[in-house]
Amino acid sequence: MSHVKVQHRGVSADGVYKGLLAAAAALVFVVVALIVYEVARGAELSIRTIGWKFLTQTEWDPVADKYGALPYIYGTLVSSLLALLIAVPLGVGSAVFLAEIASRRVGSIVSFVMELLAAIPSIVYGIWGFFVLAPFLRVFIEPWLIEHFGFLPLFRGFPFGIGMLNAGIILAIMIVPTIVSISREVLLATPPTFREASLALGATKAEAIGVALDAARPGILGAIILALGRALGETMAVTMVIGNTNRISLSLLDPGATMSSIIANEFTEATGKLYLSALVQIALVLFAVTIVVNAMARALVYWATGGRRDVAGAA
Amino acid sequence: MIPAGNGGNGGNAGNAGVVVAGAPWSDRTPVHVRALRNIWNRLLIGSCVVAATLVVLPLGLILWHLLAHGLSGFNLAFFLNMPKPVGEVGGGMANAIVGTLIIVGLGAVVALPIGIASGVYLAEYGRGRFATMVRYTADLLGGVPSIVVGVAVYGLVVLPMGRFSAIAGGIALGILMLPTLIRSTEEIVRLVPQSYRQGALALGAPRWRVTQQVVLPAARSGIVTAAMLAVARAAGETAPLLFTALGNRFWSLDLDQPMATLPVFIFDYARAPYDDWNRQAWTGALVLVLLVTVISAVLRITVRRIRAR
Repeated sequence: MSHVKVQHRGVSADGVYKGLLAAAAALVFVVVALIVYEVARGAELSIRTIGWKFLTQTEWDPVADKYGALPYIYGTLVSSLLALLIAVPLGVGSAVFLAEIASRRVGSIVSFVMELLAAIPSIVYGIWGFFVLAPFLRVFIEPWLIEHFGFLPLFRGFPFGIGMLNAGIILAIMIVPTIVSISREVLLATPPTFREASLALGATKAEAIGVALDAARPGILGAIILALGRALGETMAVTMVIGNTNRISLSLLDPGATMSSIIANEFTEATGKLYLSALVQIALVLFAVTIVVNAMARALVYWATGGRRDVAGAA
Repeated sequence: MIPAGNGGNGGNAGNAGVVVAGAPWSDRTPVHVRALRNIWNRLLIGSCVVAATLVVLPLGLILWHLLAHGLSGFNLAFFLNMPKPVGEVGGGMANAIVGTLIIVGLGAVVALPIGIASGVYLAEYGRGRFATMVRYTADLLGGVPSIVVGVAVYGLVVLPMGRFSAIAGGIALGILMLPTLIRSTEEIVRLVPQSYRQGALALGAPRWRVTQQVVLPAARSGIVTAAMLAVARAAGETAPLLFTALGNRFWSLDLDQPMATLPVFIFDYARAPYDDWNRQAWTGALVLVLLVTVISAVLRITVRRIRAR
């Protein structure tokens, strides 16, 4: 009898314990659901009043209660793509260096620096971009670009120092650790036989690496898309260096604004109901875009590493 | 037949029958092609080294400028003094430093139990569809831009309360800590050898005691490290605090009132048109980086020491 009783108590204690843990885990759903609900609810007024035109209008005039988000969507896309343009070759090159070329000691030093880079708060990147990078661009880089490439619409205008170019560079610095750490992992996960076989056939080291890169391509693509997700949502650093003007300009030297920077700048000052709701709608758009981008990236990385890579733990 | 141009990365042109991307050597390969391939090889490897250097460079520059601009204001007064009114030189960020510690502490109080319990669940019981969904949702939450979390907490906490508050800031930071906490706790608890569990179970311990008294103690130092990392990461967050904790130029320990934080102060001071404030922003940034990196590293080492004893 007593044996049965002990058994029973054990089982129920186990059940309670597991139930408590599961309840904690279920809270994640609640948190995400609340965020979705709240952002959707906040944006409802703006969605009903402005509709789809919100995404295509360029005018943002709180005084006249007119809200169009196109300049911000444009700014987010351009600054993020510019960041990828800079960060992808550098990041993949570094990952190759770490996985295929560097000695273990050099590799661990560079990895440590990557971790540190990833741990620096975004506001610190912002202050650096604003006080250091901006004057440097204004005095040295941008005048040179205007003089030699001014015939391109991309480099027309005045050397402000702050603007799209600065934002792109800062974002590139911020997302490069993501690209490096995941690409490196993916490269290390490709079978060494690929390299050995090509070396045995007489390939040079670079050619053997090319074979490994071929095999690692989906994973590296995933890393890039994940980095893109970070760049799209990054706020403080961009807010400090992009200049915050709501106009669409082809020139990378001109100031602009992004979806996150407009929210950071105007949210606490938004007085009208529609004004606030329009800002929340921008947050909703940003939310939707980053979810799609992240889902794609995770699927790719998962597939490429056979589920071994834990993206959430990535720097 | 003979490969024209360089035999570079992925260039297998002309070598019929070879599927590997790199063109193999052959006795019939002309000498100049070999030379070209060698040059190309060095060029590619060299550019990888250059890329790695360029990637490491910004960290050095940022640290250098942090010290160059921030060190002059880095003194006891900065930690002990309150901000001076606009126009007056001097003053410190005492309230912002304390505010950051309080709000980050609040976030940790919210996030640590939930995050660690979820991570343990995923590691110990996480086989079914429910666990997969939890993992996926945690990853999804990790991808949500922090400013969106700020907007949501504004609607969920600030509006019902009727004012900006430290509590709202703490909740926002707690939400941002959750995903990292969950996934890294899971990873660490998984690392505990299966034989520990088997041994304890064989001795007749029920599952919950195995987890609680055998698995968790074995994973403790790892969990502490993961927790420190998540908390330190959140300490540097600015965007969600802008419209939750807002900021405060005065000394306040009231959790239901706006509270100053270091990141928000840095943001405001950096954009202000006063040189003295800009200088203080640099010092603030230096303090923040120290807070986020050095302190968490020191804590981690201390924990390891204590564990070792």
